[in-house]
Amino acid sequence: MKARFDAAVIGAGVMGCATALFLARGGMRVVLLDRGEICREASGVNAGTLTMQMTRAALIPYALHAHEMWMNMPAWCAGGDVLATACPGLSVAFTDAEAAMLEERARIRREAGAPIELIDGRAAQVIEPGLADGVKLAGHCPIDGFASAYLTGRAFRAALQEAGVTLMEAIPVRGIDGRFVLDTPAGVIAAQRVVLAGGVWLEDMAAWLGVTLPIKVLINQLVVTERLPPVMRTVLGVASGLLSLKQYANGTVLIGGGWQGIGDRARGGLAVRPENFLGNVRLAAHTVPALRNARVVRSWLGLEAETADALPAIGPVPGIDDAWIIGSVHSGYTSGPYMGRILAQAILGEAPELPLFPINRLLQERSNAI
Amino acid sequence: MIFDIAVLGGGPAGMAAATEAACGGARVALLEESPAPGGQVYRAPPLGFVTKPDRDRQEGDALRAALAASGATIHTGCRVWGLGGGPLVPEGQANTPFSLSALAADGAPFTVQARALILCCGTHERIIPFPGWTLPGVIGLAAATILLKAQGVLPGRRVVVAGAGPLLYAVAAKLLTGGASVAAVVDAATQVEWLRALPALAARADLLAQGAVWRAKLLAARVPILAGAQVTAAEGDNALKRVRVGERIIEADALCIGHGLVPATEATRTFRALHVHRPEDGGWVPVLDAHQRTSVPLLYAAGDGAGVRGAAAAPAAGRVAALTALQDLGIHAGAPERLSTENAALARARRAGAAMARMMALRPAMIEAIPPETIICRCEGVTRAKIEEAAAAGAGTINQLKHFTRCGMGPCQGRMCGEAAGALLANARGVSVADLGFATGRIPLRPVPMASILGDFDYADIPVPAPAPI
Repeated sequence: MKARFDAAVIGAGVMGCATALFLARGGMRVVLLDRGEICREASGVNAGTLTMQMTRAALIPYALHAHEMWMNMPAWCAGGDVLATACPGLSVAFTDAEAAMLEERARIRREAGAPIELIDGRAAQVIEPGLADGVKLAGHCPIDGFASAYLTGRAFRAALQEAGVTLMEAIPVRGIDGRFVLDTPAGVIAAQRVVLAGGVWLEDMAAWLGVTLPIKVLINQLVVTERLPPVMRTVLGVASGLLSLKQYANGTVLIGGGWQGIGDRARGGLAVRPENFLGNVRLAAHTVPALRNARVVRSWLGLEAETADALPAIGPVPGIDDAWIIGSVHSGYTSGPYMGRILAQAILGEAPELPLFPINRLLQERSNAI
Repeated sequence: MIFDIAVLGGGPAGMAAATEAACGGARVALLEESPAPGGQVYRAPPLGFVTKPDRDRQEGDALRAALAASGATIHTGCRVWGLGGGPLVPEGQANTPFSLSALAADGAPFTVQARALILCCGTHERIIPFPGWTLPGVIGLAAATILLKAQGVLPGRRVVVAGAGPLLYAVAAKLLTGGASVAAVVDAATQVEWLRALPALAARADLLAQGAVWRAKLLAARVPILAGAQVTAAEGDNALKRVRVGERIIEADALCIGHGLVPATEATRTFRALHVHRPEDGGWVPVLDAHQRTSVPLLYAAGDGAGVRGAAAAPAAGRVAALTALQDLGIHAGAPERLSTENAALARARRAGAAMARMMALRPAMIEAIPPETIICRCEGVTRAKIEEAAAAGAGTINQLKHFTRCGMGPCQGRMCGEAAGALLANARGVSVADLGFATGRIPLRPVPMASILGDFDYADIPVPAPAPI
């Protein structure tokens, strides 16, 4: 079968979209498929936190590049915009144990390139007047920020079309035969290369190629308030990383931090766990007391993928030429567009600006597919 | 304590369901948002008001009295915001009891758990947007009935009543009784449509007679009735001054308008029950078997929330749901003849209800008539033009439309705009509304004040999970 496409990217989240976009701009004929709609899973429902203080140390250099991409998105994404807003970021400690954790984590992240300084509670309140009393220590990063994640699909869509990417939404790939024939309800689609970009469903996708790649599923809960007068102006978290808070220009405050709800790969994000809903909003109200007066309008869930070592899976699929994989990036939205860019560089035969994260370390058994 | 059956919503379906279930030997809790059970049609007047008991009052009082005597635990004035349990459990675990998180009338949080749950959540009003519909002075027909019945308050002195369905004439008649002047009734239905509905209505002579009384009252007061007509604009600077109906301009200080009722499916959507889009039932409705069971075990739906059939059909549906739940729980299985009696009553009432529901179904021509700059989603200020722009930019489902425009992401969570937005998106995409899916159901069911749920807590008591690796 003659391949119609140079590359088929399966999974239209932020990493699949970025990979497809930069492959197309590199001259490839690209098809981007998703079983649902563009950026409607984790990439469209995450908290939009663009912070170095929740990013794993090993990913900081990537996140710094990605931060710049987010802030300039219209320039490289054909005008597509997620309303990325740069603002200071604070990670605060209320207890001595948290202060110790913060000190250690800030040092490690600073060594990795994040410009995080430690300040006391009073200094933190100058930067964030909405912050509660009782903060013992705070990490301050001047280049954090946030985005409206729900706009991600719309932002990428026009750029993908302009770049000539064939976008196929609501077309679930059911399997891959040979090199590479994709089985879909819309018929078979042949491509010279395949890129698996399926978020928490990467484990199932890798299995199509005979590769066993265990992926853990996190069911992250989010909560949003009604529109409020200004109550805060930073992106705010706690030392443990289990709170993220920001107020959007429209006045809504988004409360996240990775508290776990009920769900799984098969059923998606099924339901918010009431005790974790309560824990999350208590932590938020403790940190920004003005939130006590807010009304909660909605909660929802997003599925985050994690590998065994919680580091990304980005690189070639071992033993299968021209098969690539991208995903499981901790705080993946923050680093996402840059990860897509460097994977596209590798696929296009260029040297990636920063190293990929090959998955050989994660494979439990050798592929026997080919 | 775990109840056998919880009933959410104390309208005619909920009152009858709770009464039947409690009389059948179940431990029952009923949760209702209003200060008293009754629902929209049988709404109780406020405490201390002496009003002349009309037919609705008599039927409502009878249902209320039976409920009070049934032994069911009744929570009124409470706001249910959280739903859990039932099928909402981790993979591989058995279903648990249903759990309803609520705020009591005084704001105190409480939780009700029950093995089975009967949803009798009623409807929202559908208002198809038109220029000026967000002006102060423009309110829904259902809102007008709440003002009139529960508060004894007139929405204005000179009122235009407009829209579709029997509620139009009920509101107009009640306004006259209350002393308001009704400047006009603007009925989207033509005389021919009403005539076509007559045979189905004949099964319910009582309803027919009630309609005739309303109409006679309007006739006697020489209220102009504009049939087959629509309000094209509401005008005024800061409040309503004029209502435009095509070329005609009607001075008014209030416009009560409604274009039918939409089943409230927040709870069934949250529990992931199967739904189907049936315009003649009011829109998306949970899929039910012949005995009011949803696709989720031990979850039932009855009344207009399961498909608009009117208050007269609701009690029978509630009773069928309760009898079925009693049987499914193994509490009381000895009532098959009772079930068939109620099922037969339900079928009769439904025929008349269905004719009314058809009159209230969404009218495509009204959607077409919405000007581009008219706001559809009033929480987020999204216009028709923005929705169509999003459709052209690739939004192909309701959930995707939310992401592209924020339509339906505000405090009402799509209750006000969902119908019009869905119809506009479907038209723009050249598909049916059923193809667009529906907004994912999530808690809270209503906006919930954080202060009410936080309670007193120490920072150390927050069960912070282990942090992610650095």
